[in-house]
Amino acid sequence: MPIRAILVKYGIYIVLLLLVFFFSVASDAFLSVDNLLNILRQVSIVGIVAVGMTFVILTAGIDLSIGSIIGVSAVLAAKLMLFGVHPALAFVLTLVAGIVIGLVNTYFIHEIQIPALIVTLATLTALRGIAYIITGGLPVYGLPEGYSFIGQGYVMGIPVPVILMLACFAVGYFVLEKTRFGRYVYGVGSNEEASRLSGVNVRKIKYIAYCLSGFLSALAGLVLLSRVNSGQPTAGTGYELDVIIGVVLGGVSMNGGEGRISGVITGILIMGVLTNGMILLNISEYYQLVVKGAVLLLAVSLDYVSKKRRVKVAHT
Amino acid sequence: MGEPLLALRDISKYYPGVKALDGVSIDFRPGEVHSIVGENGAGKSTLIKTITGAIEPTSGSIRYNGVEMSGMNPIYALKEGISAIYQEFNLIPSLTVAENIFYGRELGGRFMIDRREMNARSSQILSQLGVNVRPQSLVKDLSVGFQQIVEIAKAISGNAKVLIMDEPTAPLTSSEVEKLYEIVDKLKRQGMTIIYISHKFEEIFRLSDRITVMRDGKYIRTLQREDTNRSELVSLMVGRALGQHYPPKASRTGAAVLEVKGLSNPQVNDISFTLKEGEILGIAGLVGAGRTELVRAIFGVDPISAGELLIRGKRVKIRHPMDAIGYKMGLIPEDRKQHGALLNMDVKFNISYASLDKIASFGFLHKKKEKNLATDYIAALAIKTPGELQAVKNLSGGNQQKVVLAKWLATQCDILIFDEPTRGIDVGAKQEIYALMRNLVGENKSIIMISSEMPELIGMSDRVLVMKEGSLTGEVAGDEMTQERILTMATE
Repeated sequence: MPIRAILVKYGIYIVLLLLVFFFSVASDAFLSVDNLLNILRQVSIVGIVAVGMTFVILTAGIDLSIGSIIGVSAVLAAKLMLFGVHPALAFVLTLVAGIVIGLVNTYFIHEIQIPALIVTLATLTALRGIAYIITGGLPVYGLPEGYSFIGQGYVMGIPVPVILMLACFAVGYFVLEKTRFGRYVYGVGSNEEASRLSGVNVRKIKYIAYCLSGFLSALAGLVLLSRVNSGQPTAGTGYELDVIIGVVLGGVSMNGGEGRISGVITGILIMGVLTNGMILLNISEYYQLVVKGAVLLLAVSLDYVSKKRRVKVAHT
Repeated sequence: MGEPLLALRDISKYYPGVKALDGVSIDFRPGEVHSIVGENGAGKSTLIKTITGAIEPTSGSIRYNGVEMSGMNPIYALKEGISAIYQEFNLIPSLTVAENIFYGRELGGRFMIDRREMNARSSQILSQLGVNVRPQSLVKDLSVGFQQIVEIAKAISGNAKVLIMDEPTAPLTSSEVEKLYEIVDKLKRQGMTIIYISHKFEEIFRLSDRITVMRDGKYIRTLQREDTNRSELVSLMVGRALGQHYPPKASRTGAAVLEVKGLSNPQVNDISFTLKEGEILGIAGLVGAGRTELVRAIFGVDPISAGELLIRGKRVKIRHPMDAIGYKMGLIPEDRKQHGALLNMDVKFNISYASLDKIASFGFLHKKKEKNLATDYIAALAIKTPGELQAVKNLSGGNQQKVVLAKWLATQCDILIFDEPTRGIDVGAKQEIYALMRNLVGENKSIIMISSEMPELIGMSDRVLVMKEGSLTGEVAGDEMTQERILTMATE
């Protein structure tokens, strides 16, 4: 295969390897089991949500409300447990709440036909307000002891959040690659009208995608709650940016119908490695933001430019 | 009558494999209404586009005002006074009438717009047309008829000498049509050249001074209105031999497989017909007759407000394409790029897309079954592709159409609806598709075929339904299936 084709197809994996190589050389502390597990744990919240976001963006939609769903979920679960609800039940109820938010989002997006950007922007705002209302603006403390396992526990040496994230990626991969539903997700994003005319239940696909996003955001919120051991109404603020950056970096097209979970994992890891590496090198947080933005712009530009070249070649 | 203002000499336009215009020569004079008539695909739109500069002719010359025009483009043409009004208006709904009339040519200094002057001039032009519209009104608040008048005013303000009107009465009510006739008469008396394109013979005979007939991209004849009549025009429009060879037709057809009774919705009116097993039922009609709307209603894409459908004698409710597919129907849409295929996906994805339930168990796809499905149909339909992993957008039109057809054949459907099956497809691929269609009905499947190509319609159909303006005007079969008869039924 010609060099250019290799670069295009495996570009992000190469970038990840290069970054790992670079930071291993630049910092002694980087390439240790502890630190690598650290990276995985740091990206696990964003990683879990990214799976849901991938489904949504594949259908040519977008879900900006995920950060607020994280916040609402964290404080909702915290309050429930404070009122004596059994942690397992609070867990389940919160997940259901995430699904319900997904239903609301899809209703306005598909039935009322308002652009997803606007709808999820609206729910982002309203839900954040609800999070504040639930807590009266103050963090919620006093969670039952057992609950910290989800965010802080280990299973066979691996942090639980990492296991959850890997499980989400595995299921996401499986569903998108191997099931009918996954196929329809790609089809609806690629051409919604042609899908409808081919007998696809577009409405059902969209509802499932957004409910999945809500569900996984709620799960992420539950994990976050356990990690910080308090229900913060500000939890999850701004996470939508990190999630979308990771997803887009991973090759998922905002136009829908294109992109794979394997790419998303890599995109998330690239951002995680970058952040972790820069911290180890004592690079200030402000510069970190600039680097993140630049990486996203560079990666996407390379992808778009190479696409244009491919189209030109195909037409000659 | 004066010297030709606009003279087209030997205008030809070739596209790969298609002669859209073939040596057309026409004179247009000042102060006349000159109509151009012809079937769908006769070349009228292409001709207009060469006059307005939207397309450059492959060969031939255009003389305007005695000057040879070369390197025409729309901006230049507009400046020279050649203006066109299409069915989709070029107006900005949120701006005022005056702002639209002077759009791109606003009056005033470098930074400021002189609204007062624009309003005054607009009022002048509008009263010249005999119309009472406030120049400050927003275009979106006007009825379609008045919007069209604004378009005309726009052309006049640009000092148009040639005004092209393409099916102008399509969106108008009958009183608005009368108003339009008055305006056309007025403009003609003021010396404007009006090139009028329409399918409606009443209008053509009401307005025209001269009528030019086109057929298959060729100029046929120009007649004075007084010297001709509808039937002469019709026979000039279709007067070709059938030429192409089509597979032999069905010797017998079976029982009714689909019955449509009194189907109505906002686009179609009280349609009733029967589709028999093993037949190809053609549907003819001009653009806008409602053919596509009819099949979309039958297939569940658009809602039905009245009427019922029966499949093999049983009443069925089809509210979504999913239901139609459940009843073993398939629809190959008119626009295969937007509605038929998922262009960015590969051949395999497209072919299996409507039959995923057949290659999956408990929701999980059998990759091997899918690959076999694709390779089987690629072979069966002779789809020219480097492989099943090729993106459909890279295939030629004919092969894209075959992929869409394969998708439906894979669902094992019994009733197939083809909407313009061979549009934009080369001759060789056309023959292949005709052969495939005949094979299908030979296996006792049934086909409904919408086509604007008369030879194809007559060559392939066992019977033909004719539609006009949303209603069924009749049915022809056997010896009655002639181009003249069908075109007459489509336009009377």
